[in-house]
Amino acid sequence: MLVSTSSTSGIAEGVGRQRDYWVTVYKRTWKGTAISSFVAPLFYVVAMGVLLGGFIEGDPDKLEGATSYLAFLVPGLIAAHAMQTAVGETTYPVMSLIKWDRVYDSMLATPLCTRDLVLGTLGFVTFRVASTCAVFMLVVAPFGIYQTWWGALLAYAAQVLVGTAFGSLVYALTSRLESPEGFGLLFRLGVFPLFLFSGAFFPIDNLGEVGAWVARLTPLWHGVNLSRMLILDQVDWSWAAVNAAVLLGLTALGLRWSLTGLERRMVR
Amino acid sequence: MPDTDLTGDLMIEARGLRKRFGDFEAVRGIDVAVRRGEAFGFLGPNGAGKSSTMRMIAAVSPVSGGELRILGRDPATEGPAIRGRLGVCPQEDTLDIELNVFDNLFIYGRYFGIPAADVRERAAELLEFVQLTEKAKVKVEELSGGMKRRLTIARSLINRPDLLLLDEPTTGLDPQARHLLWDKLFRLKQTGVTLVITTHYMDEAEQLCDRLVVMDKGVIVAEGSPLGLIQQHSTREVTELRFGVADEGESHEGHAEKVADLGERVEVLPDRLLVYSEDGDEVVAKVHERGLEPVAVLVRRSTLEDVFLHLTGRTLVD
Repeated sequence: MLVSTSSTSGIAEGVGRQRDYWVTVYKRTWKGTAISSFVAPLFYVVAMGVLLGGFIEGDPDKLEGATSYLAFLVPGLIAAHAMQTAVGETTYPVMSLIKWDRVYDSMLATPLCTRDLVLGTLGFVTFRVASTCAVFMLVVAPFGIYQTWWGALLAYAAQVLVGTAFGSLVYALTSRLESPEGFGLLFRLGVFPLFLFSGAFFPIDNLGEVGAWVARLTPLWHGVNLSRMLILDQVDWSWAAVNAAVLLGLTALGLRWSLTGLERRMVR
Repeated sequence: MPDTDLTGDLMIEARGLRKRFGDFEAVRGIDVAVRRGEAFGFLGPNGAGKSSTMRMIAAVSPVSGGELRILGRDPATEGPAIRGRLGVCPQEDTLDIELNVFDNLFIYGRYFGIPAADVRERAAELLEFVQLTEKAKVKVEELSGGMKRRLTIARSLINRPDLLLLDEPTTGLDPQARHLLWDKLFRLKQTGVTLVITTHYMDEAEQLCDRLVVMDKGVIVAEGSPLGLIQQHSTREVTELRFGVADEGESHEGHAEKVADLGERVEVLPDRLLVYSEDGDEVVAKVHERGLEPVAVLVRRSTLEDVFLHLTGRTLVD
């Protein structure tokens, strides 16, 4: 009942009308997020990449083509960081929009539709992921890991895709949750294991044959692998195509579920 | 009497309107017509179906059955266009408490696609109107309940709506804040804005509404002007009698039989008796003549509360 027009100009108009809201939200929170998105990667890179990595032999045969553990770690770590940022922005903040601050209720009293709200919010989440990954990429640039400039740029695009995939999937989940209790489960049984076992910290071959294939089925691995191949200039283009297709497919699926989820939740 | 144009165009037209939530039917087939410039009320207790009706009229809740036209349009296909011409003041504040007063108005106005410069100008006017100009830069969470309600009303006016929907506008406010709000709404009405109000306060309905429907359990049980409803469904005066609880071991029911013939009818409430008659003082005199000694006596005019009690056998506010 809430769809006014299916034209692209209608969508752009609906999303554009929320711009001032999101700008205001960002102005209020950017200091905190800017510091964390600058400091957190630096700590990770120094502690794990440099200090812990100092104990690890830089053997390209064992590290998927990386000449140092730092070079192995960074591309995957940024992809994992993209996932965490996206999940962080689509769990409690989205539940607040739906249920606690009820910003969505006030938006839906205006000509905006649920579709506009989903796209506006996920647009902001994508911006948050893109800006935090950009900071991360710039912070680690002086370490001399990036083999080619175009590889680094494409890797950055892959990291943003990780953000859109996880952002839209978790948004779809949040739109269906009545209470935040499910988030604890999501973090403990979803995000945390993915963070540790999707190949960001060690080559998934170390998991054994079966373990490696399980890891390849997880969404984060596709982002980690794509980001790493591109940054290290070790691209297997058929794998790259699979990785990109999976991330794009998950984004499309998540978007669809988000649209149906919010419509069912808000339009009663 | 209110000056309503009976041939004027219909802002809201509902026929056999229904709203179901699973097995529960909140609105069970109501007919409503609201004309331009009118102040129209839905009066009823909590759970009567007022808010469900209001959400359908606000074009945010799909109709389960019957017909509904708002501003001549169908909410199923023209929701955004309808909402663009409505002002909505929801039952619970949906203000953004993290933002300041001015930004709440500005951002909300932008959702309507109104140019930024126009929204700024309009927001300043509205803050003046609801007497919050000095609070423009204050965070909403620091405002009192009455101020928040006034801000919500200001926000609902940002798009210069043709139709203003107010769901329980003064619930939870202290008397002073309520009167201030009523004054604002009365001024709006005078400028020609059509108001639709839900309330479970009979004094609010009497103050603000030209015409109202009394709702109970999802249906309309009476319709008319506040005065008309009182004349039709109640007597001119009401005598309230309260007897001591331990008085001869008798309940209020027992006393009711002794005074039943003194008025047109008698209602028994847990704590008092209501005797309906044209002359309340005469009832009091006769009660004393019969040797009955109530601990408290009050003679008053009939209100919409009495209408509701008569129609449903229950009070509005439990």
